[in-house]
Amino acid sequence: MSSPLDHVARRAAEWLSGGGPMHEIVISTRVRLARNIRGYHFLSRADADMRREIAETIQAAIRKADGMNEYVLVDVEALDELDRMLLVERHLISRQHAEGNGARRVAFDPTETASLMINEEDHLRIQVMRSGLQLDAAWEQINGIDDALDARLEYAFHAQYGYLTACPTNVGTGLRVSVMLHLPALRLTNELEKVGQAAKELRLAVRGLYGEGTEALGDFFQISNQITLGRSETEIIEDVGQTVIPKIVAYEQKARQALLRSRSAALEDKIYRAFGLLQSARLMSSNEALQCLSHVRMGLHVGRLKTVDLQTVNELFMQTQPAHLQKLQGERLNGEQRSIARANLIRARLSRN
Amino acid sequence: MGLLLCERCKKAQATFHLTNIDKSGEKVEKHLCDRCAVDEGLLQVHKPPVSAVEILESFVAGAKRGGAAANRVCEQCGISYVEFRNQGLLGCPHDYDAFDELLAPLIERAQDGTAHHTGKAPRSLGAQRTPQQEIARLRRQLNEAIAAEDYERAAGLRDRLKELEAV
Repeated sequence: MSSPLDHVARRAAEWLSGGGPMHEIVISTRVRLARNIRGYHFLSRADADMRREIAETIQAAIRKADGMNEYVLVDVEALDELDRMLLVERHLISRQHAEGNGARRVAFDPTETASLMINEEDHLRIQVMRSGLQLDAAWEQINGIDDALDARLEYAFHAQYGYLTACPTNVGTGLRVSVMLHLPALRLTNELEKVGQAAKELRLAVRGLYGEGTEALGDFFQISNQITLGRSETEIIEDVGQTVIPKIVAYEQKARQALLRSRSAALEDKIYRAFGLLQSARLMSSNEALQCLSHVRMGLHVGRLKTVDLQTVNELFMQTQPAHLQKLQGERLNGEQRSIARANLIRARLSRN
Repeated sequence: MGLLLCERCKKAQATFHLTNIDKSGEKVEKHLCDRCAVDEGLLQVHKPPVSAVEILESFVAGAKRGGAAANRVCEQCGISYVEFRNQGLLGCPHDYDAFDELLAPLIERAQDGTAHHTGKAPRSLGAQRTPQQEIARLRRQLNEAIAAEDYERAAGLRDRLKELEAV
């Protein structure tokens, strides 16, 4: 079962490097722009021929656009289910894109920082992912990609409503800013609920690891803007990046320090127990791996674990997921086989450090 | 105070009680239910934050109410307003004009009351904002300045707004 994506599973996306401001709590920053091409229907009213034409038009623009000659173009429609799942696990495409119909493609740069989904909910969804809290850098990069394509495509734009999108909740800037947070201490102290409530009051959406429609899973929280119209792109970025996120980060840090002071044995027990499980288990489910890796990740930052680095832990979050395991193993695996492969992979990666 | 009926609708229980002194110095009491108090502008409804899902649900709920306007069809893509509300997705860019007066209130609700784009625009349209966009942006900044009690900034913004609106 070889495919052009086999090598992709083995390397690490740059946004998992574990760097960037506030990286101990902010896993990644993601920005995306929704764009549609003038003269075509939105996808709900586009027949197979029109979808193909849209895909060809955008693909041709990407091929010629400045700074995008090294982008990898993948025909998502032609991929098997496993390869699609791999792209979802790597956040290069959404679940909706993987499970969609008709002509749809994705283009991404070799570092997997930028990805362009063709024919998802809109004709074009541009996304940029970065490690830590890097909203300004992410905006600068995505703005450049958007400009490069704007020079070759005619976007659907409205004087009053701005960039027109298939769903009216994205209209205006078409900008969605999402920050993935790791908040284990707030979860242990039962304060996550409060963070979620506060975010909602600020008109921000709270989601899980895989974006729209997914539950907040384990200790991970994704916070994103809901307002896309009436505020400029930089204002939206400031709303999220300068007011909300630093407060939540400080809140989590405080909770970690408080746990270290008043319940250090309980906290250390969680960290070392998780590390022990990861180093020793022979069968590990994806949920157990997620929870243990989360506690180990916190252990790194409170100075309790020194034999493992952040990048390894970040990469394991991705590589222990089903499609990655099967790609790395080079064969289809059932649930139990995956639990074995997952436990083996984690043990090997942790002992190498 | 027992079960007091709303003096306006005379149906629901009065939960809102107001005592005022009128011009002649007489004490005037008002007893209203919540709904009538809102209608008379005496009680503010606190609007809970709206999620994208709730907005879509309201689109769908609206579709079921129907009405003549809901049967309108976009001449370019053929989608009807009802279809849009059932699926939550529009059929083509022209729908924003074809269904404008139906969409505008929904968009305003989803976008916290604003319905004017103030961000980036395609290069072909020039990097400049339209005056309409600039006015919307200044108005919002003015409101923010007032809320932040930054009256110096508010005065400056007000002057620029006046200039623009005069054009």
